[in-house]
Amino acid sequence: MSPWRAAARRFRRNRPAVLGAVLVAALALAALGAPLLAPDPLAQPDPVRLQDRPPSAAHLLGTDPYSRDVLSRTLNGARVSLLVGVGAALLAVTLGTGVGLAAGLAGRRTDEVLMRGVDVALALPRIVLLLAVFAVWDQAPASAVVALIAATGWFQASRIVRAAVLSLREADFVSAARALGATKPAIVRRHLLPHVAAPVIVSASLDVGNIILLEAGLSYLGLGVRPPTPTWGNMIMDGKDVLFSAPWVALAPGCALVLTVVAFNLAGDGLRDAFDPRMAA
Amino acid sequence: MLRFAARRLAFAVVSVAAVVVITFLLVHAAPGTPMLGTAERTVASPETIARQRALFGIDRPLPEQFLRYTGNLLRGELGESFVLHRPVADVLREAVPRTLLLGGTALVVSLLLGLAIGALQAARHHSRTDALLGAATLVLYSVPVFWLGLILVLVFGERLHWLPVSGMTSAGLGEGLSPLGRALDVARHLVLPAASLALVQAAAFARFQRSALVESLGAEYIRAARAKGLPERTVLLKHALRGALAPTITLAGLSVPYFLAGSVLVESIFGWPGLGRVAYDAIFARDYNVITATALVSGVLVAAGNLLADVAVAAVDPRVRLDR
Repeated sequence: MSPWRAAARRFRRNRPAVLGAVLVAALALAALGAPLLAPDPLAQPDPVRLQDRPPSAAHLLGTDPYSRDVLSRTLNGARVSLLVGVGAALLAVTLGTGVGLAAGLAGRRTDEVLMRGVDVALALPRIVLLLAVFAVWDQAPASAVVALIAATGWFQASRIVRAAVLSLREADFVSAARALGATKPAIVRRHLLPHVAAPVIVSASLDVGNIILLEAGLSYLGLGVRPPTPTWGNMIMDGKDVLFSAPWVALAPGCALVLTVVAFNLAGDGLRDAFDPRMAA
Repeated sequence: MLRFAARRLAFAVVSVAAVVVITFLLVHAAPGTPMLGTAERTVASPETIARQRALFGIDRPLPEQFLRYTGNLLRGELGESFVLHRPVADVLREAVPRTLLLGGTALVVSLLLGLAIGALQAARHHSRTDALLGAATLVLYSVPVFWLGLILVLVFGERLHWLPVSGMTSAGLGEGLSPLGRALDVARHLVLPAASLALVQAAAFARFQRSALVESLGAEYIRAARAKGLPERTVLLKHALRGALAPTITLAGLSVPYFLAGSVLVESIFGWPGLGRVAYDAIFARDYNVITATALVSGVLVAAGNLLADVAVAAVDPRVRLDR
């Protein structure tokens, strides 16, 4: 059995992991289908009567202080969280793989420079730097949020890939391929990437939850993706002001956040255990 | 050991320098001219803005601006807050100790709690206790810290009235209390914000500690300890825990950025007048000099955390000193 099939089998037999994967799939569907699923897709403020109303038949999760339907906004908020979480994790892991391959394959000099740079970068206060940038950069679009989170989040992945490349570079099957005249790009594609893929996928999937929390923190501070676009972070910010009189405004997006991050962490833990059974304790 | 410490110190200096350069570059690369936004014009007088622009040479070419900026930093000149109308250095001097109190308390509590939970799970791994604690720490690890803060305010402050939810001291009591009474008053105010920060991080420590311990329980030296008939308690507490100590110290050092970011999110909820609150207010007011200065101070604190952890790890694990 190929290692990928074996990993898939281990994953399927791991009940919490399957639960996580199912939840992730459900959340992705909810995010994609938000315009159809939401009872009030646009959730515009009601100009006649701005008021937070408790959950009722008309508004299952109540309304926020601008009379907007909380359920609809929570569903729409999933779009930003998932887009940023998955998008930034993928971009970061791609960058990290690129740098890791370069460091592992280029000469000692390049390797030294790149990895010392990564050492320093890992020691920087990422979130504080992001806060500073977005505080100065008003109206940053979602793509900028993804790009900057990825740009500050690839360092660990590059280390993982470099370590894997260094251990594989002199492996017999790589030497054999080289002796048979395989070009460098072909060796990378056919022989190195498949081996570094597993640890990289695991690291990316465990990262998604953290990135979602990071984005929520930024938008809770009114940074990154701006209102009126609903994000779970800025919904909690709106709910903070009416916490005592209308707690449902902050509770709904918060529960959605916890559920989403738990789902990704369950799936990520499951992937790690599936690819590296030694770690599955 | 001294040579090792010196090398790590040099690394800390380099990373602080990197924070200086990166903060400067990022802030200038972001669209918009520093100190000329609408926000600044509404809060600060034209004279203040002119003075600050002159101090930092905002209309000079970028390299010259950078030289001025670093020159100012080396003299401890961080500029003036547009909103507070005070030198930024004074603001930080007041705020940083308060955040160290809050973050330090949260770090100690989360470390003790996390290590205890992780050790308990590892001692009984694959038991029901392990599974329950595993689920609990997974959920807690996935909670946004600011949301947890709001929930704690709602439950313990608003509904139960157990603890104060705002400020560092009770208003109006300050003068009448004995020093001990004053300390207790601060401690009562510390409970909820510190709990918000500590609970989430305790879950992270527990998850890490559990897997580190379970792994070291499979190691040869543990089998040897068991084989010579040591009680399981001793094996776990004396042998396995020590093996897992070094990575935990490293992790504690690496958690400094988390506590700093957490303080930005949590201090404003509880009205704790620290660095995080200063940063939060500055972000909303676009108080430019304060924003860059708090990023810088955070960089220094993070580097200090890493440095302390590195030296502590080398102290408990001599093998580390030989590396690199």
